[in-house]
Amino acid sequence: MDQAMIEFQSVTKQFQGGQPAVDNLSMSIAKGSITVFVGPSGCGKTTSLRMINRMVEPTSGTITVDGKDVTSVPAPELRRSMGYVMQSAGLLPHRSVLDNIATVPRLNGVSKADARRRAEELLDVVGLARPLAKRYPSQLSGGQQQRVGVARALAADPPILLMDEPFSAVDPVVRDELQQELLRLQKDLAKTIVFVTHDIDEATVLGDRVAVFAVGGKLAQYATPEEILRAPANDFVASFVGRDRGFRHLGFTASDGVTLHSVPTIVRGRSGSGTDPDATSGWQLVVDEGMRPLGWSTPGTSTGLIPGGSLFRPGESLRRALDAALSSPSGLGVAVDTEGRVQGVIRGGEVLALIEEARQLRQAAL
Amino acid sequence: MSNVFTDTFAWLADPLHWTGAAGIPARLGEHLQYTGLVMLIAVAIAVPVGMYVGHTGRGRVAVVALAGALRALPTLGLLTLFVLLAGIGLMPPIWALVILTVPPLLAGTYAGISSVDRNVVDAARAMGMTELQVLFRAELPNALTVMFGGFRTGVLQVIATVSVVAYINLGGLGRYLFDGLVLSDFPQMLGGSLLIAALAIAVDLVLSLFQRLFLATGASGQSRRSQQAAADLTDPVLTEAVVQGGKS
Repeated sequence: MDQAMIEFQSVTKQFQGGQPAVDNLSMSIAKGSITVFVGPSGCGKTTSLRMINRMVEPTSGTITVDGKDVTSVPAPELRRSMGYVMQSAGLLPHRSVLDNIATVPRLNGVSKADARRRAEELLDVVGLARPLAKRYPSQLSGGQQQRVGVARALAADPPILLMDEPFSAVDPVVRDELQQELLRLQKDLAKTIVFVTHDIDEATVLGDRVAVFAVGGKLAQYATPEEILRAPANDFVASFVGRDRGFRHLGFTASDGVTLHSVPTIVRGRSGSGTDPDATSGWQLVVDEGMRPLGWSTPGTSTGLIPGGSLFRPGESLRRALDAALSSPSGLGVAVDTEGRVQGVIRGGEVLALIEEARQLRQAAL
Repeated sequence: MSNVFTDTFAWLADPLHWTGAAGIPARLGEHLQYTGLVMLIAVAIAVPVGMYVGHTGRGRVAVVALAGALRALPTLGLLTLFVLLAGIGLMPPIWALVILTVPPLLAGTYAGISSVDRNVVDAARAMGMTELQVLFRAELPNALTVMFGGFRTGVLQVIATVSVVAYINLGGLGRYLFDGLVLSDFPQMLGGSLLIAALAIAVDLVLSLFQRLFLATGASGQSRRSQQAAADLTDPVLTEAVVQGGKS
């Protein structure tokens, strides 16, 4: 394993008169990776996270960061050395977006002008438009608030980011967007990120490694997401991961080798502008002037535009490929390039054949 | 034919009543001075205590009980007691009024601090603020609207009750009430009452204007919760409910 950044050594947290929230946790978190704590509510994942920056003090055991016991530093100082993003962004309502982002540098004694300059750079990093800088938090959407929260956590350039269900209060579309951006950011920044979520999908998308917690604060499995989906350590993990885990596991299998077929197309609003409908199925892909897919039509029967399914980009996983085929009304998954232009279609049956091939390869490797 | 209303009007309109040491402007000035002095002392006591209780949650039960008990004290009785204990002079009645003014201020400060979104406070602490920084940079700025609501309630209460100091031969608009009572000069009493009421309304208008102008920064940023708490606090009856429900 890579160099450990954060280490839990037999850490137990017991709140007054209750079951332990975290029970004898020992684990080590690799530097520069995203580690996701996932589990049902009451499993101690948030408590574990909050013990890292001493928002919660353990009942027993020690936590070290970079080899140093966290209790050897005063708590406020320790917290300033780690970014923290929470579910409700928790922005200061009376301060502008810019000043919110500048909070930690200001606490560290950076001058107001320098802190604001740094905050402006961060607006770009997290994908917020500059004019938003002067707004107050209540004037932002939930997704924008979360971006500000991330920018604030990054402002002092801490080596560690603690994220407590940061994306669970935003709608699924925005969540997907924020997840992708976190991954993009992480490529450049290579922070040590500890991320808490109750959503196993989010955990498998983001995590380099995933720690599944069971109720009672016990660590049930700590492995790569691929391994957790393929080989759950016990019944608890298997049931938590859910019955779609076979399908989700496809998310880790590359789609190289999937065949792109040509597809009859028609430009919307221009009859006869494309190629003839498929002779056997009668389906025709409707596109706009730039060859971007709009939906399907069957000229023979009805004339309306039928909404298409999810889109597949070559290079994505087999899960995406299969979903594109399954969600398409024509049974043909539309493949597009990075510009969104139609490249061809894929057939569900062929994707399934590839899946079987991949399984046999894995079996042979065992 | 004359009645008490036309006589009151005549009393108020009499130019003689608007000049000299016993004139309305002088009495008004005295009234405001006493009010200012009481508020100054009461704020100096109530705001720090309220901030401490609101921030730490410690002593909450004691504060609520004390505030309720103090409010139940009869003003005139307290005033008499203080004068009997400490003698004639300006300060005994002022202290009596301070005791009556501390509860709404304490309630307002406490409710204001504890109505600040706990997530905001939690985040501020997680950013690495010390406890004092959390209090002054996160809690206090967002509690101001609610705190000011308590302040307004306190000011109105003092303007109304500071009249009682005339009972022990001090000035203020209360003079007209007590002098009128002794002389059975009802127009003077009613005139004095009207002046006190008008003063209270005028001061409250000024304060609400101040609130709009200076406490509106990020007003849209005020949580609905604290706006509601502010509204409740200007209604004294509800103040106690806010205090008790402020943090559970």
